[in-house]
Amino acid sequence: MDNSKIGHHISGQFNKELEDVRNKVLTMGGLVEQQIELAVTAFSTGDLEMAELVIKQDNQVDALEMAIDQECMQILALRQPAAFDLRLLITIIKVVNDLERVGDMAERVAEMAIQLSGADNKQHDQYFELEHMAELVQEMLHGALDVFARMNIEDVTTITGLDANVDREYGSIIRQLITKMMEDPRNITRMLDVLWIARSLERIGDHACNICEHLVYMVKGEDVRHLTQEELEKKMKG
Amino acid sequence: MTAHHTRTHAIDMSSVLRDQKTNTEPNETCIKVENLNLFYGEKQALHNVNMEMPKKKVTAYIGPSGCGKSTLLRCINRMNDLVDSATIEGKILLDNENIYDKSVNVAALRRRVGMVFQKPNPFPKSIFENVAYGLRIQGINDKRILEETVENSLRGAALWDEMKDRLNDNALGISGGQQQRLVIARAIAIEPEVLLLDEPASALDPISTLKIEELINELKEKYTIVIVTHNMQQAARVSDLTAFMFMGELIEMGATSELFTNPQKKQTEDYITGRYG
Repeated sequence: MDNSKIGHHISGQFNKELEDVRNKVLTMGGLVEQQIELAVTAFSTGDLEMAELVIKQDNQVDALEMAIDQECMQILALRQPAAFDLRLLITIIKVVNDLERVGDMAERVAEMAIQLSGADNKQHDQYFELEHMAELVQEMLHGALDVFARMNIEDVTTITGLDANVDREYGSIIRQLITKMMEDPRNITRMLDVLWIARSLERIGDHACNICEHLVYMVKGEDVRHLTQEELEKKMKG
Repeated sequence: MTAHHTRTHAIDMSSVLRDQKTNTEPNETCIKVENLNLFYGEKQALHNVNMEMPKKKVTAYIGPSGCGKSTLLRCINRMNDLVDSATIEGKILLDNENIYDKSVNVAALRRRVGMVFQKPNPFPKSIFENVAYGLRIQGINDKRILEETVENSLRGAALWDEMKDRLNDNALGISGGQQQRLVIARAIAIEPEVLLLDEPASALDPISTLKIEELINELKEKYTIVIVTHNMQQAARVSDLTAFMFMGELIEMGATSELFTNPQKKQTEDYITGRYG
């Protein structure tokens, strides 16, 4: 399956509309990826300007979400798409919802970075797991967007498989935070902020998995939500 | 809702979650087409078509012009017999009986398999006589039976309320949409088993079209319906099963809900998404 599915309508205008909405989704995906990148860097370097930028970018993400939904609705109403075209539009409506949430998560990381920069005398090594977790979820989201761009679902189980690592890191961060909170209750406020960051990153991984599932539906017409990793792998092979 | 409530009384979701496909599961087969080949002179118009149409379901044939869908439809009541150059191989079983068997009485077959065409073709007679026509040629002239049948048929065709006060008006004076429903009333007056509809709404305005579609939905309670349509959305709306034909071949047939969301063949996909060049 390749991008040729998008084009080749008898109606050139229809081709253009689908291509256009698809490009918007990719733009939105790129923006959200950048948000995460900047938010995580803002957190580890304490760069407040960068954090502010992430928060500003969220307005752009929201605007894109609404514009894309609007375009999808127009196409559905005016073109009565069927088969792959229909699945593409339904998938896009769902994917942008997840992307918008990812944007919110990045925004939250940025907000926490701002809060922590005031209180924290940076001890970066403490947050090694957090940075590793950020790398993992960025890889997942990037992979999911890549699947969308190439419309090739071969790699989705590799992407969704990473979520188990994310969850493991998340668990270990929580244990660390609890330990620090017990060591010194004055840490609690700060550690709760860090917890929010970890939680946000963990959610980004979940959203990346959701996107992968939507994309399997788009390409194969098969609903693979709410399956375990093993069940998904089996389905993708079969 | 309290946690207690959800835990002890899981809501029965079976009716909500029932798979839509159960509605289209083929039940008893009404019409079965077996290895059907049709030639107009040298030219082969149907290539080895095999399909089954279930009882009291709506089956739609879709496909580009000249793909053989109307030809196939016309085979089901042997309309192609009227074309001199047409030769037919293979079988069509109606209730397990081959309608191309030598012993079959074609007039009797056409009573069992009614047909409605693209252009409404009422007779230049009164509305009443149009509907009563089928009975009259069978020699039924009992006024009470005729009146009863005309009323029931017009009701069946969702036309009674509009026509009950003008039954003696000439049928050519009513609107195209009404004429088409009148022709359907005429077809169901003789209580066929199968209704063949060849582009029944393509000459009608959107409202009349919706009325015909609504009517099809009601008629399938009693009849097995096969419809040919150029309008894919119409096929999607009215049919339980859809068959896609191309160049005289049956490419794909399946539950309408599946075929329009996730067709299995590329040719079908290309056609329903508008990619045929």
